[in-house]
Amino acid sequence: MTQPVLEKAPPPPATALLEIDDVSVEFGGGKKWKPVTHGISFSVAPGETVALVGESGSGKSVTAMAILDLLPANARRTGSIRLDGEELVGASEKRLRQVRGCDVAVIFQEPMTALNPVYTIGHHLSEAIRSHRDVSKAEAAEKAVDLLRQVHMPSPEEKVKHYPHQLSGGQRQRAMIAMAMASEPRLLIADEPTTALDVTVQAEILDLVRELQQRTGMGVLIITHDMGVVADVSDRVVVMRDGRVVETAPSRELFARPQHDYTTALLEAVPRLGSGTTSSAVADRSAPPVLDLEGVAIEYPGSWRKSGFRAGHDLDISVAPGEIVGLVGESGSGKSTIGRLAMGLLPVAAGRMEVGGRDVSAGSRADLVHIRSQVSMVFQDPASSLDPRRTIGQSITDPLRWTRKLTSTKACRARAQELLDDVRLPKEWVDRYPHELSGGQRQRVGIARAMATNPRLLVADEPTSALDVSVQAAVLDLFSELQREHGFSCLFITHDLSVVEQLATSVVVLQHGRVVEQGPTARVLNDPQEDYTRRLIAAAPVPDPDLQAQRRAQRLAG
Amino acid sequence: MRRRLAHALTPLRLAALVYVGLMLLVLVAAPLLAPADPLSQDVADRLASPGGAHVLGTDELGRDILSRIIYGARVELLIALGATLVSMLLGTLLGLLGGYFGGIVEVITMRVVVDVLLAFPPIILVLLAVTLRGPGTGTLIAAMGVLFAPTFARIAYGQVISVKRLEFVEAATAFGAPTRTRLFGVILPNISAPLIVQVSLTIATAILLESGLSYLGLGVVPPTPSWGSMVAQGQRYLSSDPHVLLVPGAFVVLTILAFGLVGDALRSGLDPKSRSNR
Repeated sequence: MTQPVLEKAPPPPATALLEIDDVSVEFGGGKKWKPVTHGISFSVAPGETVALVGESGSGKSVTAMAILDLLPANARRTGSIRLDGEELVGASEKRLRQVRGCDVAVIFQEPMTALNPVYTIGHHLSEAIRSHRDVSKAEAAEKAVDLLRQVHMPSPEEKVKHYPHQLSGGQRQRAMIAMAMASEPRLLIADEPTTALDVTVQAEILDLVRELQQRTGMGVLIITHDMGVVADVSDRVVVMRDGRVVETAPSRELFARPQHDYTTALLEAVPRLGSGTTSSAVADRSAPPVLDLEGVAIEYPGSWRKSGFRAGHDLDISVAPGEIVGLVGESGSGKSTIGRLAMGLLPVAAGRMEVGGRDVSAGSRADLVHIRSQVSMVFQDPASSLDPRRTIGQSITDPLRWTRKLTSTKACRARAQELLDDVRLPKEWVDRYPHELSGGQRQRVGIARAMATNPRLLVADEPTSALDVSVQAAVLDLFSELQREHGFSCLFITHDLSVVEQLATSVVVLQHGRVVEQGPTARVLNDPQEDYTRRLIAAAPVPDPDLQAQRRAQRLAG
Repeated sequence: MRRRLAHALTPLRLAALVYVGLMLLVLVAAPLLAPADPLSQDVADRLASPGGAHVLGTDELGRDILSRIIYGARVELLIALGATLVSMLLGTLLGLLGGYFGGIVEVITMRVVVDVLLAFPPIILVLLAVTLRGPGTGTLIAAMGVLFAPTFARIAYGQVISVKRLEFVEAATAFGAPTRTRLFGVILPNISAPLIVQVSLTIATAILLESGLSYLGLGVVPPTPSWGSMVAQGQRYLSSDPHVLLVPGAFVVLTILAFGLVGDALRSGLDPKSRSNR
């Protein structure tokens, strides 16, 4: 407990700012009400940050939205919600509106959908200011610039004239926070505020929230699924599962000594950087590479009479047989683009690409047939990468039918059952449809489909980023097992460095379509040579409050 | 699926469905169902009121109105279904190609063909076809088929634009599905629901247009019975014997209403947003 720099942890004040007592949210109507959360109780003190944690379906967002009664029309809340002792359940709509604008502010996951695209940032801010303070338009405009300055928006005088789509994701979230701060709220509710952002931007936004909190003394309720974020910002943690609170504890205590089995399992499932788990894959460097890019440039074709967009420059990447190469980078770094190139979905604009020893740079029909016999792909979102109108059995063997490797329905079905067995799903499920499966099960189907053609190279494009952590862990385990059994090479695309550490034999760090750094995983992550790699590693939150506080101090100092 | 459909079926929609079923029965079994020959004249019993020997009365030439309605329904439905089939195939193909390939293909399909067709007033277009090829069932089916194609094309186009960006279409490309399979095996099944809804609505519109054309004397050639021409003939006896006009008029209204209601039922039944299992 020797955290010198940003140690705050004030003694918990006697009176809570927000008290949630036995709150249940029920969906339905008429006489049938179905509860989705059961008797939730917790509190937030002034100046305190409480994290509401849970996986999808745990009821964390619904609980947060119940505070301001921002629930859908077919939902109702019971129990007691008190803000500074004032009861909000059953309060008049007029009073609730005052509370919403003034005492409690909310920021959402995707600021683009929360901002009106036809109004400027300045207009949004002025509206927020004027809605609860009697000031002239000119004063409000001035205050708007001031607010943007407080959230460290670059060139705030210019940004007030911008429309939401002209800002980057991080800047939009800053603008949202500025709007939230306009009323100097006593409580800030942040619903997955950084989930849609890159790690380096996430770190900046979390720093900002922390800074504003220290200045204004507001309470913060942050809803998140990311244990790294929890460790980074929270004083206390409320863990939810299936609509119930399973554990409430001070942050440090929770991470050090989780009391509930579920919390333990959740923490164990989180991949952490520096955990010591390393890849089991063994690269065979004596054999010719499965995929070899030499000075490759990638271009997205432009529309009619417009030149294309160049998304990759001068790429030199090589994947040896049996090797797992992690492609890491933030959004817009071109990592998915490289995956699509390897799959033959994008043409080689310049340079040379070899797949399995054959030069496929020309991208002829025969080249594509060759690529598809060697390379296969697992997509990011299993909910949209499987055709909703086809059974999972059909989906799995479609690649075989399309490439005429298998034609009879009977043979396809048998092969599908075999593959389902490979990915540890019951064979009997061949005739089920994707919507009957959970996210993790669907991604298993996605992996089975990718395995159907016995590929030499598997391109996995963020295969677990749409999944809950505990599911992610299981899918990653399955992936490693299959890789050991079948020995395929893999291009593993991810933004999560801890996943790369666990899985990849070597790493390629990308930024703006260029390779920044590449090498063996342990070397790159433990001894990064490039500044960008260092920043990326420093920004990734670690699920350990003490370690995270150190890292934060280092980051802010350097 | 079954639950969803059951949910979408209100009593009114069920009645419409039964009515549409009866119409389809008439289409195949008109000679068995009609009480008399629709063309045989009984001048002694002309303009008979409904009830009595002729259930729905007779017209000015003493022809049995019920039989003429039944045979008229046959012609009406044949043209409406034929035109709808033509427009569905043509329009869906145009929309699929335009939406999927974009670029110059889109310019040709969606701009040159579809937008130009939409710019024509419907009656003028059919008039043109009738003038060129002479009136008759075949002409009407072809002309109306072309006329209604743009609606299907636009629906298909919009759906393809949103569906083709989904990962499972890209997955199909990545796993080597040929273009034909991607278009007809992957995209088409996923855009079919709104097209099916449009089918029943187009049938209703086609019946209305055919009746209008026959009323103007541009539709089915007499003496073949047609609801539109029956209304036109009945006009003269509106004050003395209104049933000659009102009976076929009522059937036009009922039929259009029924197909419209079936369309509504399909819309809520097939709408993915109303899926109970999601």
